[in-house]
Formats: sequence, structure tokens, C-alpha cells
Amino acid sequence: MAEITLNALAHSYAENPTRPEDYAIREMTHVWEQGGAFALLGPSGCGKSTLLNIISGLLEPSNGEVLFDGKRVNELKPEERNIAQVFQFPVVYDTMTVFDNLAFPLRNIGVPKHKITSKVHEVAEILELSDQLQRKAKGLSADQKQKVSMGRGLVRDDVSAILFDEPLTVIDPQLKWKLRRKLKQIHEQFNITMVYVTHDQLEASTFADKIAVMYNGQIVQFGTPRELFENPAHTFVGYFIGSPGMNFFEAELRSNESSKKDEIVFGDHVIPTSVAMLVHLKNMGTSKITLGIRPEFVHVWEGKNDDAFAVEVDYVEDLGTYKILSFLFHGQMMKARLSEDQKVPSGQIYVSFPEQWTKIYVDEYLVDLPLQNVDLTLQSKETDHAN
Amino acid sequence: MQTKVENNKAWLLVMPVFLIVAFSAIIPLMTVVNYSVQDIFDPYTRYFVGTEWFKQVMLDSRLHEALLRQFIYSFTILAIEVPLGICVALMMPTKGRGASLALILVAIPLLIPWNVVGTIWQIFGRADIGLFGAFMSYIGVDYNYASNPMDAWLTVVLMDVWHWTPLVALLCYSGLRAIPEVYYQAARIDRASRWAVFRYIQLPKLTNVLIIGVLLRFMDSFMIYTEPFVLTGGGPGSSTTFLSQSLVQQAIGQFDLGPAAAFSLVYFLIILLVCWVFYTTIMNMQKDK
Repeated sequence: MAEITLNALAHSYAENPTRPEDYAIREMTHVWEQGGAFALLGPSGCGKSTLLNIISGLLEPSNGEVLFDGKRVNELKPEERNIAQVFQFPVVYDTMTVFDNLAFPLRNIGVPKHKITSKVHEVAEILELSDQLQRKAKGLSADQKQKVSMGRGLVRDDVSAILFDEPLTVIDPQLKWKLRRKLKQIHEQFNITMVYVTHDQLEASTFADKIAVMYNGQIVQFGTPRELFENPAHTFVGYFIGSPGMNFFEAELRSNESSKKDEIVFGDHVIPTSVAMLVHLKNMGTSKITLGIRPEFVHVWEGKNDDAFAVEVDYVEDLGTYKILSFLFHGQMMKARLSEDQKVPSGQIYVSFPEQWTKIYVDEYLVDLPLQNVDLTLQSKETDHAN
Repeated sequence: MQTKVENNKAWLLVMPVFLIVAFSAIIPLMTVVNYSVQDIFDPYTRYFVGTEWFKQVMLDSRLHEALLRQFIYSFTILAIEVPLGICVALMMPTKGRGASLALILVAIPLLIPWNVVGTIWQIFGRADIGLFGAFMSYIGVDYNYASNPMDAWLTVVLMDVWHWTPLVALLCYSGLRAIPEVYYQAARIDRASRWAVFRYIQLPKLTNVLIIGVLLRFMDSFMIYTEPFVLTGGGPGSSTTFLSQSLVQQAIGQFDLGPAAAFSLVYFLIILLVCWVFYTTIMNMQKDK
């Protein structure tokens, strides 16, 4: 059992990396706490498998350190790191029986025979493989093979963490949830740190307590599934998490000519924003901002409303339990999620963006107010200055 | 609804296969069968002799000796070439220029025609002008493949090992390349020893190519003719006279076509039988319990 720390870690497959694009993993510092169930979520090629292989020691990072419980393990080979890894394609030793497969890691370190037998039976019981123990591993189905490769990690008492590299890819859909539940159960029982790599947000959120979203070799957000949903720290998280993903549109921060007040404008619409946020944005010195709102939080009104913008309905998709409404907001295609009992609108409708759920991004990253109660004197000074 | 028209056109389509099989296997083999049960002097003078030739062949002590020699020879070269081929394949580099270079170097012996191989070793082994022979006499070994049966055997075996181990090595090399990297990674994480990696990952994945390798090498070595014929002419005495050479002596040297035909059929059946035994044994070894 261990806490895994990545300290200023970076990795490049190129020999002389110069540009940031040369790095598969861009410099990051990250801690996986002991005993947690974590997911590493991201699209193909974002570096998540690379990161996993660095933790297990199959790959040596070009920069930075990997620490297990504060001890540097960069120089340790995978066999010395007390790590178990389950790969995308099930790896079993074909010619051995299931029993021998599970016993293999123990035999390799010379555990006494009676201990091996009891440990293997214990793990086989948990994985529901007890009646398969005498079968050759070759004849097993894909999900059973994957259980065997997981079991080889579980039999060892010394395992600090189990790493999963998209372990359910080749498993039949109806068995996936079963195996995922099993994983969760094992995690609760053994209290082992588990890191689960996947590109499937549903898999990640059902397995993990906390999810690290990876994009372009960086962890762009690390948080609970709820945090990722409600407060995406990066536009990519907004786009990648949720179905459909977050709506984004480019807006502008400018000063209103008649009222002399700052406002965020999209086309000829003014987006409601708190004064504190406007001041903060002004201080950042950028006028180009991206606004994001989840389809779930777009408010659709049936009639005209003071806060609402008039938009054109494009089409409505019925997904069974809910409907997705696509509409054109000043030439920009956006989506809203309607509950099943909501009336299906057509033609011109009215939508509003609750301020709480309208997220502001600059250079792809979420803009957060530094403090909840921003210094009002600063604000007044700023407005004076603007005047 | 369309009604199905029945006709026999399909026969036309399978005709080529029948013709090819007939010309490549059945007709030549039937000629041999024909000779094996008759005593033929000329096309008009022939007598049916039944199993006479077979009995004669089966009781021929010269053939018994050749058969024994043949088995010893084939099993010896298999016992050397298969493990050696695996070792060579394991040692060959897998990436970069070295890999291509190693492939070419290993494959060179395979490109040399059989009779040239015999000639090469005939000269190579001579004490007066050959490097190998000269080296042996230099280190004080009285080596002469033309007069000493043991030396002749050593040379014939060495020659075959040199010529054909590359085949086994190349087959194994391709088999090894087909093993996904994750197997090695999983083995490292399971702390498997180098031996365990070989025994439980590499060897099982090599089974299929090894079946091909063993069968090919068995059949080829069991029918070996040219190389010992060029090198030793079957001697000294008849110490390196293998089955095919005995067959040629009988068929062409003595023109005993009847017994030679019977002998050919027995020869063919032995190869078939041994191959079947090899194949089923290996297949059974990897069956699910």
C-alpha cells in the first residue's frame, strides 16, 4: 500500500525534446493518495498509458521523480516496485492452469507451498474462479482471463497499487458492469490504491472516487465526478465529460458605450455576469473569453422572459429518458437537455443561462474568482478608473 | 419465387483440382504401386507377384541397417537443430540495422544448393586443403572423414546442422516477433525469471512454428541424399549410406525396379507415420486438461 507521488514528472519519446509538443507527458506534479480508487481519463494518445507505464516502471521518465510513500523509485525495475498491472488485452500464461497462473507471482518470490495454496483459493473465491482452478487458462473466456490477470496482482501481499490499463476493452458489454462492480468490491475489501486508465467517462465515474482528466500530456483537472461535471477546470473537461458535452462560445469583454460599464457580449447579447468577475477579467487584461454552459443547465422557457434570449430551434433528439434540443444562438449551434415531461418546443423559443452555471474560460482554463468576497474598494477604484 | 435449377456445372469448377492432384500425386504414386506388385521385364512381359517384393524388402538386412542409421541421423540432427535454432532466434537482435543484418547472415546457408553444400564440406573437411580438416589436425585430432566412420558421421551431422539450423532459427524468430510486448511486461511485474519467461511465454507461443520446423526437418533429413552422396558417397563402407541412397542403388544401380518400388512405398509410409506421431504428440501436449 502506498501513496504515489509524481514530482515534476515529464516524459518524451524523442531523444532531444525541445518543444512542448515533443513531450508525451508534460511536466506535472501529482499525488495519488494511499487507498484511493482513481481513474485516469482521456482520449487516445493523451499520454495516459505512458503515465501508467511510468508508475509501474516499465518506462523510465525523462524528467522528474516517481515516489512511493516518499521514496524515490525511478531506478527500481517493475519487479522491484510491488506494483500489479492489468493490461488492455488479458495476459494469461496459456499452458498453465488457472491455479498455476494465480500461484505464479508467489512461486517466483519463493512463498511456501501451503501459503500459496491458501492464498490462491482465497483470491479465486473473491474473483469467483474457484470452480475453474484446474482448467488450462487458454480455454477461458476473455472476462475470465481478465479476472485471472487481476488475480495475479491480488495474491501478492506486498502490492502497493494496482494499475489498470483499459481492462474492460475486450469484455462483452453485459459482463462489463459485473466486472466493474467486482473491481469496486475488491477495492473496498483490500484498501489498495488503484489507478484505472480509460477513455470512457461512465467507466471512470462508476469506478473512481476521483478522476484525473488528461489532455495533451497534462492532467487538466483532478476531482470527483461531480466536480468535473459542475465545475470543469478546462474546456476539454467540459467537452469530454457529459453527454452531450458542454456548450462553448467565444465572447468578448468590452465597455458599454452608453452606460460605460464593462460587460460580456456575445453577438448583440449581454451575458449576465457578476461585477466581481468582470473586474477580475478586466485585471487579467484579456478581452477574448470563452463561455461554457452544460446542456443540463440551459434553461428553456416557453414564453418570453426578461432574462431569456430568443433563439431558433434546430432539431430535437429523443434519447428515451430525455431529449436533446439543438438551437441556434446567434449563429452558434448549442444544445440543451430537456426532461422527458417537458414540452417539445419548436420555432422560436427563449433560453437563459443561469449565472451560477455559466463558466468563463480564458486560454482554455476556467477563471475562478481568487476570493469569494472580492475587495469592493478595488472594484470601485477600477470603475472610477474606467470612467 | 425463383426455382432452383439443378445442374452439374459445379463439377467443371472442381475439375482443375482433380487434375492437379491426379498429376502431382496419384498417377506417379500409382506407377510405383504398379511396379511394387509386379515383375516387369518390358511392357508386354510382366507377372503379378503379390507381396513378394514387400517381403523381400522387409527382410533385407542391408535395408534394416540403413533404416536404423536413418533414424539415428534424423533424431540426432533434430536434437541439435531445434534447441540450437531456438537459441539462435533468442539471441538475434530485434530492432534496427542489426536485425536485418542478422537475418541475412543467418539465412545465407539456406540459399546454397544441396550438392554445393556437399562439395563445400568435402573440401572444408580435408586435412591438406580444407580449413576445418587442417584445424583438426593442427590441434592434434586424427580426423579423416573418408576413412573413419565416426569422422564421416560427425561431418555429415555438422554439415546438416550448419545448413538447416537457420531454417529453425528463422521460423522461431518470426514466432518470437509475434509475441505481444505486454506478455513480457506482465512477466516482469510478476517477477518471472528469464527461464520462466522462456518456459511459460516464449516456448508456448513457439509451439506452432516448432511443429512446422520439426516436421520439415524430419521429412527432409529422412530423405537426405545429395549431401552425403557428394561428401562420402555413403562410406566409408556403408557407414553413411542412408535410406534414399540405398533406394537409388537398388533402383538405378541394380535396376531392381520391383523391390525398389516396394521399398519406396514402405519408405513413404514410414515418413507419414512418424510425421503423424510427431504432430499428434505435440498437439496433445497443449490440449486443455
